[in-house]
Amino acid sequence: MDFKSKLLNNAVEEMSSLPGIGKRTALRLVLHLLNQSKEEVNQFANSFKLLRENIVFCKICYNISDTEICHICQNKNRDHSIICVVQDIRDILAIESTQQFKGYYHVLGGIISPMDGIGPDDLNIDELILRSKDEKVKEIILALSATMEGDTTNFYLFRKLSESNVKTSVIARGIGIGNELEYTDEITLGRSIIHRSLFESSLSK
Amino acid sequence: MLLTHLSLINFKNCTDISIELNSSVNCFLGNNGEGKTNVLDAIYYLSNTKSYFNSIDSQNIKFGEPFFVAQGKFSINEETTNVYCGVKKGAKKQFKFNKKSYLKLAEHIGKFPVVIITPYDSNLILEGSETRRKFLDRLISQFNKPYLENLIAYNKLLNQRNATLKQMAESQRFNADLLAVIDMQLIEKGNFVHQERKQFLNEFIPIFNHFYKDISNQNEKVTLTYTSTLNDNSFEQLLNDNIAKDRVVTYTTKGIHKDDLEFKIMDDYSLKKFASQGQQKSFLIALKLAQFEYIKKKKGFSPILLLDDIFDKLDESRVNYILQMIAHKKLGQTFITDTSLNKVTNILSKLKVNFKSFEIKQGGATLITEDNQEL
Ligand SMILES: [Zn+2]
Repeated sequence: MDFKSKLLNNAVEEMSSLPGIGKRTALRLVLHLLNQSKEEVNQFANSFKLLRENIVFCKICYNISDTEICHICQNKNRDHSIICVVQDIRDILAIESTQQFKGYYHVLGGIISPMDGIGPDDLNIDELILRSKDEKVKEIILALSATMEGDTTNFYLFRKLSESNVKTSVIARGIGIGNELEYTDEITLGRSIIHRSLFESSLSK
Repeated sequence: MLLTHLSLINFKNCTDISIELNSSVNCFLGNNGEGKTNVLDAIYYLSNTKSYFNSIDSQNIKFGEPFFVAQGKFSINEETTNVYCGVKKGAKKQFKFNKKSYLKLAEHIGKFPVVIITPYDSNLILEGSETRRKFLDRLISQFNKPYLENLIAYNKLLNQRNATLKQMAESQRFNADLLAVIDMQLIEKGNFVHQERKQFLNEFIPIFNHFYKDISNQNEKVTLTYTSTLNDNSFEQLLNDNIAKDRVVTYTTKGIHKDDLEFKIMDDYSLKKFASQGQQKSFLIALKLAQFEYIKKKKGFSPILLLDDIFDKLDESRVNYILQMIAHKKLGQTFITDTSLNKVTNILSKLKVNFKSFEIKQGGATLITEDNQEL
């Protein structure tokens, strides 16, 4: 597609760089924006700019946050003895929606996936180990995806956490549920947090 | 087990075939390149969810067409199952059991076992160890689901380990903990696969020896041996002893991915280098008939036997051996390809074997003989 307008070309190009947006859809969206007032489009564009410029990762749990410490970590009424380890912030949203978990979170920022070039150093693992050494912390729940990479990450974290004075548990996963936390329904996910088991007992599958 | 009906659309060069099949012997006859081997491969495909000759699905679609469909009606103890496979370019393969898709294709493996004897079997002798491991893995997977699951997991973990070794070498940062947790999982899966292979071969080798002796009618001794570094050492020990080397070459040098089947003649001579063509052929047929017999024993019914081009490629005595087995009903439903329109059928008639024959021409099938009567 060449529109003989550099401005239009650029806008379509940028729009189609988003995941799942092809050139046609991009054109439709760009034309839609053109039909709106300058103020409206400014506001639209500004919201992304502000998001990118001002959002930070929580200094404690690596959740995304508007402030240095996220709203969950700021909440003193939660249970200080439990930390739930998740891959990314979508998992926090999923677990929060179950209303079954009252502890704090730790976002790893992925899982160990050597095939994709992701090793322990690329994840927030050292920070988790540091947090686990706080004497208020009694339990670490591992809530990672039930894949081979998730397993390797679980084993790795378990090994690292064995130096700390905490017990390590994994959320219960039904057989055949290979899907990610995000897609697990609230009731199932809520149950799998309540029915978590000590990691040792899940070693021999 | 029987295949009672087969229909193909655009499977390789088979444009449109829909045939009812005989319960004992079916012959696909015609010149080379007309598609007779492809009909056998389609049967193999419906059993194994992939082609025997070409594992790239899109390349099994007839040239210039958008899709292929292969369908078979299998029957075991009077119970009929429709197996459907559709492959369309750029789309996920559809594989259905009585109109229901599988969650995992691996669930289908072993339900309708087939054994194929083809001139390509010589690759088992000529090629590297991977070909022999594949033979072993496909055979054990036919009746051992946990084996297939552990093997798949092993291969994934092996990839993880190799990628980790590579990254550690590149970044020059060795993480012993990470390697340890990968090894721990790898060892568990590897030991399982090793035990199952060992146990399988303990049962399989005597059956093989029996067939070889029977076919060869000679006194020369051949041996089939399972070799694995895990036979004499614990896997854990092997990984620990070789970690320095693995780190240098950045891949895993020891493990069941290096296992092999050793084919030898007269105790210690390689079959590939020292056996005659005839001895090699006898060896391969014995291997395949042992496979047939083993599956039959495990499943309680005969697998389907596919004989590709054996009349051209084997000598009379070995062909006769197989035909006698057919005549004495020691084999199950059998599918035979040949270039001559009447050579096989004449022999089968003399042996009083009930058969059907089809002429395969330009990717189509015409029934030419039914119940031993020419039409
Ligand atoms: Zn936080």
